[in-house]
Amino acid sequence: MNPVNYLYLAALLFTIGAAGVLIRRNAIVVFMCIELMLNACNLAFVAFSRMHGNLDGQIIAFFTMVVAAAEVVVGLAIIVSLFRSRHSASVDDASLMKL
Amino acid sequence: MENLIALLVAAPLLGAAVLLCGGRRLDRTGHWLGTLLAAASFVIGAVLFADMLGKGAEERALHQRLFSWVPVEGFQADIAFQLDQLSMTFVLLITGVGTLIHIYSIGYMEHDERRRRFFGYLNLFLAAMLLLVLADNYLLLYMGWEGVGLASYLLIGFWQHKPSAATAAKKAFLVNRVGDMGLSIAIMLMFTTFGTFAFGPVLESTSDTSEGMLTAIGLMLLLAACGKSAQVPLQSWLGDAMEGPTPVSALIHAATMVTAGVYLIVRSGAIFNAAPDAQLAVVIVGAVTLLFGAIVGCAKDDIKKALAGSTMSQIGYMILAAGLGPIGYAFAIMHLVTHGFFKAGLFLGAGSVMHGMNDEVDMRKYGGLRTYMPITFVTFGLGYLAIIGFPGLSGFWSKDKIIEAAFAYDDGIRGWIFGGVALLGAGITAFYMTRVMILTFFGEKRWQPAPDPDRTASVEPGVDVTPGEMPHPHESPRSMTIPMIVLAFGSVFAGGLFSLNEAFVTWLEPVTQFEHPHPVISVPAITASTVVVLLIGVAIAWVMYGRRPVPVTAPRGSLLTRAARRDLLQDDFNHVVLVRGGEHLTRSLVYVDHTLVDGVVNGTAASFGGLSGRLRKLQNGYARSYAVSMFGGTAILIAATLLMRGV
Repeated sequence: MNPVNYLYLAALLFTIGAAGVLIRRNAIVVFMCIELMLNACNLAFVAFSRMHGNLDGQIIAFFTMVVAAAEVVVGLAIIVSLFRSRHSASVDDASLMKL
Repeated sequence: MENLIALLVAAPLLGAAVLLCGGRRLDRTGHWLGTLLAAASFVIGAVLFADMLGKGAEERALHQRLFSWVPVEGFQADIAFQLDQLSMTFVLLITGVGTLIHIYSIGYMEHDERRRRFFGYLNLFLAAMLLLVLADNYLLLYMGWEGVGLASYLLIGFWQHKPSAATAAKKAFLVNRVGDMGLSIAIMLMFTTFGTFAFGPVLESTSDTSEGMLTAIGLMLLLAACGKSAQVPLQSWLGDAMEGPTPVSALIHAATMVTAGVYLIVRSGAIFNAAPDAQLAVVIVGAVTLLFGAIVGCAKDDIKKALAGSTMSQIGYMILAAGLGPIGYAFAIMHLVTHGFFKAGLFLGAGSVMHGMNDEVDMRKYGGLRTYMPITFVTFGLGYLAIIGFPGLSGFWSKDKIIEAAFAYDDGIRGWIFGGVALLGAGITAFYMTRVMILTFFGEKRWQPAPDPDRTASVEPGVDVTPGEMPHPHESPRSMTIPMIVLAFGSVFAGGLFSLNEAFVTWLEPVTQFEHPHPVISVPAITASTVVVLLIGVAIAWVMYGRRPVPVTAPRGSLLTRAARRDLLQDDFNHVVLVRGGEHLTRSLVYVDHTLVDGVVNGTAASFGGLSGRLRKLQNGYARSYAVSMFGGTAILIAATLLMRGV
């Protein structure tokens, strides 16, 4: 099996995700873009797993999903409390951590 | 007998401790305690002396080791004493003259409310000086040396409420520090060269040491001697030291302090014998100081300062003799002892005169005192005859020998120069001492009323002086005249006794060695010319001050006179060269410090500050810019990894 097409797709998804993280200000969108990057990685893992014919990549993909789910719980909680205090979900508004 | 040596030092030290710590309850008895302990030290010295006389010449040296001071591997310093003929001579001089000065001070300081403290300091002075001459190693000697410096500081500045006395004490201390530095360097050099400080090993192993090292040690010892003994170029403190009470001047000039330099050079004779260059330097210093002090003594109107000039000059004689090697050591010490008698007598006499004259020190305001103070006049007069070297008196025997030895320096021109200087010095001595004598005791009365209250800086405290009152000179109390009489006996007879069968030289020979000098001209000719020069000096002084009336205010005088009144510009020299030079040096060092050192430090700090100020901008708090840097960093890492793998 030739994984090149899958890898192209994974790279594309990762780039879109990374660009979204860097460019968008809305915290929810940034969050979704992070999910996009994680899933791009998952796709690459699964593709390699298929290519090598073993299950290692797929197991790691499951791990990634579990970690992503946990991360979403924490992240959404942060976004909600941020929104409550600032009435905005823009990441640039939370810029107090500086000298 | 050895065990008595420590008691010599311990007695006055105990006195100092008790008097200085005892508080006011000792005010009424303290002076007796101090005098008693000084006398006790003298008695112990006399017992040891009698014991020493009973032994053969070679077995006379005694040792006493008390304890180990610094017990370190390779660095052994003991508290140990050595009493040989040289130390014995000093012990008797220090304790004997010292005790007389204690007795004199009882009367002289009677009205001073701090008399107890004064006696404590006097005892401390004696203890330090005894430690200096009794030490059996250079490190312990250094301890005594510093103790003498401390005691002299305390005593010169005893009337510390007078700014001039406080300044004089500081000056004496500072100038002495320069000399002390020489001694400490000499001791360090000795330790690196010989590995020990003890007199025995150091002085016996000079033959295996390079002459250059010995010359260096010798020159450093000479520097030390210059500081303590007020020799050129470290002489400037001596004149100002007259700010102290008169007994202190007597003690400093006769028994302690200034004699320490002579002792150091004679004690280190073996080093100087092996280093002819250092020896020549000693002789030159002695010869220069001899003339320097004599010239200063000629111009001073202050009786104590005139005597101070004469001390400088006489110590110059001793240093000169000590530089001559084995032909001179014994005569240096002999002159030191006879000088101790007559100079102490002269100073005590001067104090007695001041006591009767409302503490006036200007000789131009004395005159005609011989009938009012007969005992002072006779004792001072005998001291005067002794110091000018009148034939038969003490000074004649010792000074004449030094002049002979100076002529014997070598067969060539140097013998003539040094001998000529010593001879000239004898003439000048006769001149200025005759001047002191005539101005004080002869001629018409030039007494002046006591100074105004606003000028009382020169009046010693505790003396009731009504402004405007004429002085009414009187003979001093018995406690002051008896020491003067005893010292006058010493001034008259000591030199003759010492010269009987060359007793003094034979006594010192085991320690200092002795060779008979062979002067370039015959001995009778030297003696005759000494007497002739002496008579010329006396005659000139009589013509200038005895026949003509003496003006109360000093005339302007020639250029040399004015320079000599300012101590031959020594303070001006020090000020211009050392003080100004030092100021310029510090100023330029401060400039370098501010611009170069501080520049580097501040520049480094500022550049780091600027750099971090710029780096700080990266911490802008925007999560997205952090993300950019993370992405960028990761991209660079991956690119680098790929590149490295490609290579």
